[in-house]
Amino acid sequence: MIHSKNITKKYGTTQVLNIEELEIPKGQSFGLVGNNGAGKTTFFNILLDLIRPTTGEITNHDVIVNKSEAWKSFTGSFIDETFLIGYLTAEEYFDFIGDLRGMNKADINSFLSKFEEIFNGEILGKKKYLRDLSKGNQKKVGIVAALLGNPQVVILDEPFANLDPTTQIRLKKMLKELTDNKEVTVLVSSHDLSHVTEVCERIVVLDKGNVVKDIETSQETLKELESYFAV
Amino acid sequence: MFRRFLKLEWKQYFRSSYWQKGIALKIIMGFFALYMMASFLVLGVGSFFLIRKAMPGSDPLQVVNSFLIFAIIGDLIFRYLMQKMPVMNVKPLLVLPIKKNKLVHYVLGKSMFSAFNIFSLFFYIPFTVVLIGQDYSVYGALGWLFTMIFVTQCANFLNFIINKNNVAFWTLTVLLLGTIALQYFNIYDITIHSQSVFDGIFANPIYVSIPFVLLVILYVINQKILKQQLYLDAAVKVKVKEANTADLSWANRFGEMAPFIKNEIRLIWRNKRTKTVFLMSFAFVLYGLIFFTNPIYEEKMPGFLIFASLFVTGGFVLNYGQFIPAWESSYYKMLMTQNLSYRKYLESKWYLMVVITAVLFILATPYLYFGLKFYLMIAAGAAFNIGFNTLVLLFAGSFNRKQIDLNASGFGNTQGTSAKQFIVIIPVMLIPIGLFYAFSLPFGFNAGIAAIAGFGILGLVTKNYFMNLIAKRYIKEKYAAIHAFDQKA
Repeated sequence: MIHSKNITKKYGTTQVLNIEELEIPKGQSFGLVGNNGAGKTTFFNILLDLIRPTTGEITNHDVIVNKSEAWKSFTGSFIDETFLIGYLTAEEYFDFIGDLRGMNKADINSFLSKFEEIFNGEILGKKKYLRDLSKGNQKKVGIVAALLGNPQVVILDEPFANLDPTTQIRLKKMLKELTDNKEVTVLVSSHDLSHVTEVCERIVVLDKGNVVKDIETSQETLKELESYFAV
Repeated sequence: MFRRFLKLEWKQYFRSSYWQKGIALKIIMGFFALYMMASFLVLGVGSFFLIRKAMPGSDPLQVVNSFLIFAIIGDLIFRYLMQKMPVMNVKPLLVLPIKKNKLVHYVLGKSMFSAFNIFSLFFYIPFTVVLIGQDYSVYGALGWLFTMIFVTQCANFLNFIINKNNVAFWTLTVLLLGTIALQYFNIYDITIHSQSVFDGIFANPIYVSIPFVLLVILYVINQKILKQQLYLDAAVKVKVKEANTADLSWANRFGEMAPFIKNEIRLIWRNKRTKTVFLMSFAFVLYGLIFFTNPIYEEKMPGFLIFASLFVTGGFVLNYGQFIPAWESSYYKMLMTQNLSYRKYLESKWYLMVVITAVLFILATPYLYFGLKFYLMIAAGAAFNIGFNTLVLLFAGSFNRKQIDLNASGFGNTQGTSAKQFIVIIPVMLIPIGLFYAFSLPFGFNAGIAAIAGFGILGLVTKNYFMNLIAKRYIKEKYAAIHAFDQKA
């Protein structure tokens, strides 16, 4: 369970985030939607303790994220390609992250074998550094690395952008399966309304840092969102 | 159109990260550039007189002419290894309404002003001026100068035609080594021909038209080739290097530190700038030769000897250590979301610095030749680098707020440098020198050396205590570092 209380973030006098209360129960697939500058990435960054909130605090499974680092062992995330280490090959990168998450080589290999379809023969065993991969393939590496070590919480910023259609469909299926048994909480943000409505049971719309909609996904959600954003 | 290209060039140059730095650094770099230019001028002006002095009775011009053939072949080999056609600049222009011919002229024209072509002028122009000053024929000297300019430009365009062709490269190398060998063993003297050709041009400056015609021909050939190659899958293609995946599983014995150590090794070996720093630290071992061979330091300025002995083993600690953790700035954010122990993370860097310093110390063993005294100084310096400087630089690293782009080139790259890099010199360099004087003046030389070594050992003994403090400091500075590393330099 993730609980966010009175979170605000100000840069000088401009307020970029202001969320009074937000509770994400364990096992929920949670979608964050909003235009550029709505505060989606800022929220994720605060949740990952990469920036400090001006006020308030977030607890991730009873751990206050900026007081203790215990959340790191059960939280996997991919925000953008700066999360990748450009001079490593994909295998080396997975080994590095897997090592930090307490997996051995065999664990990592058996984990990666599940993603062979997604990798499509373009990522493993290619003798290519991550910095030389295409944007889409970099994203695949980052997302898979975020899932290493069976995290309880998975945070993905814009996971669908730059992915090819086949991988988009596979990723959606994967994310749905993750939350099937209500063990893993998945948080994604996206600009693509149809993808989030498909994946997420709950969608929160941010506008200039404020929560303007909090919807249980249903048949009508996509329409509702489209009419909201069609200005 | 031409003016627009010039404007682009102007902006590219002055907006490059090269100029985006503090005023103090600019002044230092400026002085350095002036110094280099002055040195080359002195060489160009002085060589005439040097040759006359070294080979009395010979004509310096003829001596230079006879060796020009080697210079030209050497230049071609050097270009083959280093020079690339500046073709990537036109990528954004390809889809704009500009004729391909113009783009080709732009690329080729730009290449004419590359540093490879300008560099040699620092020798040829002053040499020509001296020739004229020494009452050589003005026409002959100018003809000679223009020949050299045209030959340099021919090499420029010939290199693009060779275009990384291995056969051409080996032919040139064999040609160069072969002619040098033939010359050395007095079997065949090619310098005579080299001399007669360039002497001939000096005598009849009209022959300058030959290299000029050659240049025009090479230019036209290049123009034809490049025009056909101006596609994203041909000339305008980003070359991708194949990954070298050495097996580093031996590092697994380091337990929790293993992933960091493996990563650090790959960081150093797979990025140009870190690799340069690493390789340079081996060159630093030779630093002592400058100081230990000159008795004046031993008699009057022993402080300089301390300075030198610190440098002999300190090349890696100083140059690499001062940019920790900025080397990892591009993915620092990710590291901070991982379940890592800061202590182990920092300790892996500490081990790396210690091991490399120890290796450098072993490499410095031949200094025994200069006497035990110097060797002990180096040993004390190594102890100080290992025990004290590693900790100071790790601590100072928590103040690093400048992002480093690992993909940028290695030589003379000062990205990531700030006032901090100068302030850290004080403890790292001045404390050992201060210690030396404080103990050697009252108690003699050996006490001074022992004090430095003792300080280093003290650092080694108290390492755990200070490492914990440093780790705390990194945690505290985490947000500021993440924010700063996000800003592109």
